[in-house]
Amino acid sequence: MTSLVIAEHDNTSLKGATHHTVTAAAALGGEVHLLVVGSNAAGVAAAAAKITGVTKVLHADGAQFAEGLAENVAAQVIAIAKDYSHLLFPATAAGKNVAPRVAALLDVAQVSDITKVISPDTFERPIYAGNAIATVQSLDAVKVITVRTTGFDSAAEGGSASVETLTAAADSGKSSFVGREVTKSDRPELTAAKIIVSGGRAMGSSDKFNEVLTPLADKLGAALGASRAAVDAGYAPNDWQVGQTGKIVAPQLYIAAGISGAIQHLAGMKDSKVIVAINKDPEAPIFSVADYGLEADLFTAVPELVKAL
Amino acid sequence: MKVLVPVKRVVDYNVKVRVKSDGTGVDIANVKMSINPFDEIAVEEAVRLKEKGVVTEVIAVSCGVTQCQETLRYAMAIGADRAILVETAADAELQPLAVAKLLKALVDKEQPQMVILGKQAIDDDCNQTGQMLAALTGMPQGTFASKVEVVEGKVNVTREVDGGLETVSLSLPAVVTTDLRLNEPRYVTLPNIMKAKKKQLDVVKPADLGVDVTPRIKTLSVAEPAKRGAGIKVPDVATLVSKLKTEAKVI
Repeated sequence: MTSLVIAEHDNTSLKGATHHTVTAAAALGGEVHLLVVGSNAAGVAAAAAKITGVTKVLHADGAQFAEGLAENVAAQVIAIAKDYSHLLFPATAAGKNVAPRVAALLDVAQVSDITKVISPDTFERPIYAGNAIATVQSLDAVKVITVRTTGFDSAAEGGSASVETLTAAADSGKSSFVGREVTKSDRPELTAAKIIVSGGRAMGSSDKFNEVLTPLADKLGAALGASRAAVDAGYAPNDWQVGQTGKIVAPQLYIAAGISGAIQHLAGMKDSKVIVAINKDPEAPIFSVADYGLEADLFTAVPELVKAL
Repeated sequence: MKVLVPVKRVVDYNVKVRVKSDGTGVDIANVKMSINPFDEIAVEEAVRLKEKGVVTEVIAVSCGVTQCQETLRYAMAIGADRAILVETAADAELQPLAVAKLLKALVDKEQPQMVILGKQAIDDDCNQTGQMLAALTGMPQGTFASKVEVVEGKVNVTREVDGGLETVSLSLPAVVTTDLRLNEPRYVTLPNIMKAKKKQLDVVKPADLGVDVTPRIKTLSVAEPAKRGAGIKVPDVATLVSKLKTEAKVI
């Protein structure tokens, strides 16, 4: 029984989500191999070889993999899938894009967003926006899985796996990359941040959002997050959205300012260690999950908080 | 061109579901059901493409029990031209791979140039069907779309990815899955609901399509998530800061 983890990277650096996925793969009990599909990504493969628990890194390089197009990446995974009992992807935008394509090509089901490994064929995963936890057993020969990164610790560095080069799968020719708009940020990545400061509709405007929450995030070295309402209203970019349809986070401290706490939002953050809610509505559902609730106007409370830190 | 839009009947997103005490699933008896919100966005997008003159026919499809006809009527009230229900027994469980195979059979029959699905259903939270359909039909995929533009035999899809947006160009036919910000679905009006009742709705069985829908994943149990311990309300900012420093030790 050998597992294959499909690495998440941007051709220059390996993403933290990969380390969490390796931990999930290690929990299955067998050997763990790691696949790097990219363009000029030898540095990524070398970095992947250092993850503790990985025994072999497979590296496929080609210009057709530069932007991680699902059609081309899936073809590469399929080319070596027969050697593995488990194929694991991080449950990120990239992983979710490719994994089901691979599963269908292998004619197997896929298990999404696992939060716990119970045995090599049995897993826990949240359903209904995290309002229920299902224990599921895969009956297929090959298990294709996406791993919720907040459910597993990050694998340590210190290994020394060998790197093997694969023959690159051909370009599908059906899709091409046009462009990318990256949200610029010097802050920690939302899904990896220890502290997150998050704002909701009550922020009122994009300017207010930045004016009020940025000093607090700066002071705490925190990432900024937002509720769907704040994103839809244009107060924050959409990749800041925390929730069922946005990012799933589990930081040490989550500060929710002006967020009512709809179930779709809670699904994205209720595994945080400590939750603080600042809201002037005493009936806001966010107070039912908050460890510390402060019933106050955030426009006075947040600046006060910045001063007090 | 023709567009196929698969829609799913799910527990309404406002309902707080309860786990059954015997751990066999969630209790959805007598719970309000609605069209999956992402699918509503998919129908809206297909109808908008039709209004722009890019698309000639929009076909809504649903797989599941008889009551899914209501979901299809709703899709037709938004503006879908006709509908197909792949009807399964009340106790049958349909998983994404099975749905993708059913949809592939319909794609083979109807030959649409585009299939627009929601990115995920809010009940199983799988986020698989669109990608699986693309794989089975050999079509390219544009998942998590926040913008869709058809230009010269191709479709440009702007996708919501971690860290921002990216745009891909797909040759047609293609599969697109919708993200929340693609559009704002219209309200259905009473006259349109009445008109939708007269539109064509065909019913087929999985066996007619030659598809085996046996589940490949067995649900062993469903449990309540771990409850968070009851928190406290603090009177002021100073108390909050001291609690975070001394009690929770997170700052």
